[in-house]
Amino acid sequence: MSALKFKLAYRNLFHDRLRFVATIVGIVFSIVLVTVQAGLYVGFRRMVTTMIDHSPADLWIMPAGTKCFEDPSLLDDRQRFRALAIEGVVDAAPLVIGYAQWRLPSGTTTPVFIVGSELQGFGVRPWNLVAGRVEDLSIPDAVAIDQSYSERLGVSATGANAEIRDQRVQVAAMTRGIRSFTTTPYVFAGVDRARAYTGMAPNKASYFLVRVSPDADAGKVRRQLRESLSDVEVLTAAEFRSRSRNFWLFGTGAGAALFAGALLGLIVGTVIVAQTLYSSTKDHLSEFATLRAIGSSSRYIYMVIVWQALLSAIVGFIGAAGISAIVVRMTAESALAVVVTPGMTFALFLLTGAMCVASAIAAIVQVMRIDPTTVLAR
Amino acid sequence: MSEPVLDAVGVGKFLGHGAGRVHALKGVDLSLMGGELVLLMGPSGSGKTTLLSILGCLMTPNDGTVRVRGEPVGNLDPEALAGIRRNHIGFVFQSYHLFPTLSAEDNVRLALDVRGERSQRKAAREVLGLVGLAHKTKAFPNELSGGEQQRVAIARAIVGKPSVILADEPTGALDAENGKAIMTLLADIAKDSSRGVLVVTHDPRIVPFASRIVHIEDGRIVRQETGGEARRVSQS
Ligand SMILES: Nc1ncnc2c1ncn2[C@@H]1O[C@H](COP(=O)(O)OP(=O)(O)OP(=O)(O)O)[C@@H](O)[C@H]1O
Ligand SMILES: [Mg+2]
Repeated sequence: MSALKFKLAYRNLFHDRLRFVATIVGIVFSIVLVTVQAGLYVGFRRMVTTMIDHSPADLWIMPAGTKCFEDPSLLDDRQRFRALAIEGVVDAAPLVIGYAQWRLPSGTTTPVFIVGSELQGFGVRPWNLVAGRVEDLSIPDAVAIDQSYSERLGVSATGANAEIRDQRVQVAAMTRGIRSFTTTPYVFAGVDRARAYTGMAPNKASYFLVRVSPDADAGKVRRQLRESLSDVEVLTAAEFRSRSRNFWLFGTGAGAALFAGALLGLIVGTVIVAQTLYSSTKDHLSEFATLRAIGSSSRYIYMVIVWQALLSAIVGFIGAAGISAIVVRMTAESALAVVVTPGMTFALFLLTGAMCVASAIAAIVQVMRIDPTTVLAR
Repeated sequence: MSEPVLDAVGVGKFLGHGAGRVHALKGVDLSLMGGELVLLMGPSGSGKTTLLSILGCLMTPNDGTVRVRGEPVGNLDPEALAGIRRNHIGFVFQSYHLFPTLSAEDNVRLALDVRGERSQRKAAREVLGLVGLAHKTKAFPNELSGGEQQRVAIARAIVGKPSVILADEPTGALDAENGKAIMTLLADIAKDSSRGVLVVTHDPRIVPFASRIVHIEDGRIVRQETGGEARRVSQS
């Protein structure tokens, strides 16, 4: 790459400031749109599996046909004992989930989602605690909630009281950032309390979380579990995650909507950059003809145009990254966070470059048609 | 005088389409030797620019052959012709065709850059010195007079030491004094026996600089004379 080619490209680009600004604004908006859509997608993906991600289970036992973590389901303790009897199964801990009504002392009610596990053993216990400790949940009637829902649940601090199913609850711990994309607040409790709050019989559970002995062959344990338990499915955490994701992202159409938004952003961006590059090339056509007349190869000329495209991409990407960072920060604590990972940032950068280079095609096609003899006309 | 650096035999060219089709060149033979400054003169529309375009490999003829340094260029594709131009031919245009966004030095460097050559800065400054613009290397075209711009264009044409310099009315947009300076420069360039200069012109004031004058009319070469003959004719 010669420095002069690059110089020519950026001088061409900055020559018409107004057009350059318009190009950059187009790229910035397009890339911000793509980033937000992709970030929502990633945020959503993370959110729908947050409980599975925070469970230490190697295998999940669930009723056949369970679509996602929140899908209300019922298993019997007998199956748990059968599971524990299999060699290689170290633990099969009950997990209880279900919707319930949270009643404030004032009498108003609000729906909540109960997540109950064994407090000593193996389970999904609250994380990111900002007040209280996990052990505090063993106090009778103790529950943990997320601080972001404290207003909705009428809780100003730990120690506050409410009722679920006519039973007293006391907020013993508070977490930060455990939000549900369904916007129904999670309420963590011990497994017995959770059964009481969801009206589940003491010998039932929603899931059994299986821990496989490190020396055992997980695949074999899983096969045996499937054989000896009827009407259940045994999924690895990864399988359960992808099932939950597929359900929420594609079963509901939310994923398709996000994808369509991102695609739209890309198309708009490409059209804008293509349009401005095309008109810039048109303005500099006599210079490109001169280059051709003095013997430059087509490749040399294409490189000047591609450099113009890439320079626009770099400046546009920096702008878009700045705005996206603000969006990420602003939504971090919201019900649905826009999540941008370093890998995504890199991918978006490549995408911006690809978009701009693709946009250069129209300009290149135009330059391919120039006749160098035009330089001899005065 | 030595080898012909440029050689055209029986060159014919049609321009335009349909009713607008013009037989612009009708069998032109012309050669340019190293060390020669040849003037191509003729009335407007006689085919001077067309011939220059063909000799400069900007255009291919319908008939005849063109050889650059002995090599026929008839069967070359546009990329290969561009290669011939960048390596062997320097152009000077009536309307300069400098890049407005680049300095004088960068404009000159461009001719080396398209060849992929390194150490362009030094060569560019040297040549700008040669055309009397050592003090204007950083100036942009819009900060230069017409004569200075044309000198930058000449520097760009000669910086790569091509065998052939082709100029189409290089003094057409200049006043007498600047025109004379430009022609003096081109005549100096032609003193090198490895290089030939062909200048298309209307301007009789240029005659004293020529080693040979070729007259073209209606697409045919009608007359040639040496510089000495021409000067005698113009004096009598
Ligand atoms: N693109 C074209 N299509 C059709 N005819 C053309 C085209 N270009 C030039 N001609 C015609 O070809 C003939 C030769 O043109 P050319 O430009 O070579 O003349 P010239 O000698 O350079 O004239 P001038 O002194 O005015 O520059 C003219 O009759 C001109 O009208
Ligand atoms: Mg002409």
